Amino acid sequence: MTAPDVMERIEPVPSAEPLEKPIQPRWTLSRPKKPAATHDFLEVSMGPHHPSTHGVFRMDVVLDGETVVKLKPVFGYLHRNHEKIAENTSYLGSIPYTDRLDYICSMTNNWAYVLSVEKLAGLAVPERAEYIRIIAGELTRLFNHTCLAGFLLQDMGALGTPMMYAFREREKILDLFESLTGARMMCNYLRFGGCRCDLPPGWIERAQRVVQDYGPFLDEFEALLTGNEILHARTKKVGVLPAALAVNAGVTGPMLRASGVNYDIRKVDKYGLYERFPFRVPLGAHGDVFDRYMMRILEARESLGILRQALSEIPAGPVIDPKAKLRNLRPKAGEAYGRIEAPKGELGFYLISDGGPRPYRYRVRPPSLINLTILEDMCVGHTIADAVVILGSVDIVLGEVDR
Amino acid sequence: MLGTGIIKGLIETGRNFAGSYYKAERLTTVQYPEEKLPPEENARTIPFLVYDGEDAARGLRCTACTICEQECPPQCITIVKDPVKKPDYLGKMQLHPKVFDIDISVCMECGICVEVCPFDSIKMDQVFELATQERFNNLLLHKAQLSKPNTYFQKIHPTQAAEIDAQRAEDQRKAAAKAKADAEAKARAAAAAVAQGQCLVGRK
Repeated sequence: MTAPDVMERIEPVPSAEPLEKPIQPRWTLSRPKKPAATHDFLEVSMGPHHPSTHGVFRMDVVLDGETVVKLKPVFGYLHRNHEKIAENTSYLGSIPYTDRLDYICSMTNNWAYVLSVEKLAGLAVPERAEYIRIIAGELTRLFNHTCLAGFLLQDMGALGTPMMYAFREREKILDLFESLTGARMMCNYLRFGGCRCDLPPGWIERAQRVVQDYGPFLDEFEALLTGNEILHARTKKVGVLPAALAVNAGVTGPMLRASGVNYDIRKVDKYGLYERFPFRVPLGAHGDVFDRYMMRILEARESLGILRQALSEIPAGPVIDPKAKLRNLRPKAGEAYGRIEAPKGELGFYLISDGGPRPYRYRVRPPSLINLTILEDMCVGHTIADAVVILGSVDIVLGEVDR
Repeated sequence: MLGTGIIKGLIETGRNFAGSYYKAERLTTVQYPEEKLPPEENARTIPFLVYDGEDAARGLRCTACTICEQECPPQCITIVKDPVKKPDYLGKMQLHPKVFDIDISVCMECGICVEVCPFDSIKMDQVFELATQERFNNLLLHKAQLSKPNTYFQKIHPTQAAEIDAQRAEDQRKAAAKAKADAEAKARAAAAAVAQGQCLVGRK
């Protein structure tokens, strides 16, 4: 018996226009044959040290003149055995390793991991700790999205200015993280059943000031970029990802929402205390690079609202469940999958426990990797310069792609 | 009109450029080797060992329990126990490390050793200029290099150090009171025994 067709298993998303392209991702189809050779193609190996590939990532591109005919993403250069290492350390010992998955957003990585361990071990989280998690997670989303816009513009040739403006603001948030957790990027802050330590005195006021200044900065950032005609020319109708294809390929996060699919795990799962926070989910109309850029800016604006509410409402109380054990955690035999809406998409950790001090199986569902598999479908037919921009709009971090 | 977006963006860049001459929040560059920003109080880099008093060999808080060695995720700590026991700050006899090495080229500065230490003896330092020209020798820190006085800990993490010092003073006070009570009870028991002995003697 053959496996059912992908389209039979997944309900197609209603879309306004009939799709002309095949809806299955290219990597699930048999590879299309090379077009009849009327003239020569050029095969270029772009990377792994190409500055536009955001790390050690390689694209095998077949070019017809300047147009991409075939593209094969090649990764694994940064593979460092994260899952196997985690199966050989204690549950606690894996937390600092999760920081190094998506090294820009360590707080959300911690959150997804502790969420799945909490499901596995049945731990409750105090209210104050949930608020701290939301604040940390939304601050992470804020700077990830603005930095991504900076990187994207860097890929387009806007060298320096947008990225430096984004980094200037990110520095303020990293200072907040350093004051709270001791480290700027490798925070290692969340623990099973809560957080490692309480907020230092005066931290909330500091964070409120940063959040207050971030709104005007986003206005400034948009004045700098959003109206720019060169940005429009380079991004509109480039790398269009139809909604049905995005769903079938398992794409999540801002990329999926840019294609117009309303799917945000903060709304779907309501993990943490997200149901207390009214926020809107921005949706794109075309699914091109410009929509993906706008999605980041609009989501950052929604995050500001969540942050304002969380910082003013945060209750007093303990930050960690007193029943939670730091060392020698031995959850009952079973399995758990915890997932959150990380800035890049759905980040999930799947754990199986056999009752021992180490997980029997540990699996990461990285959003970057799964969003990257669709790269060829978006790039074919565009020029090689557009492929760089499309890759920039996917928002990958190679630490997470390769693990 | 074509080009207005670009001009608007350039005005923004111009505002930032002009602002960087008089607005502190737009001028964020620090000329690093010449000037350094003070670290946040919670900032952490590599671990060090705390000792009380003046003498590192006598006052080292570490009791070689090897919990940090077991819990360290990249396993950068090596401990060899010294079989000779020495009294700790409460007067209890405790083991001490003969060898305590941290390979800081392996250490990932997560701070888990600090969290699991039950004796408040390992803490995170704030030194950050750790690059060396030697590939191996200067990156494996031994006990003598790792030991730093409590006054240094009080200087870099004042809040945390004050809490720990208060806790230890309280423990010491309790231990002293208990020792005193024990001694009194012993003395009383001895006196009672002597009195009973006298009674017995008397009865004879």
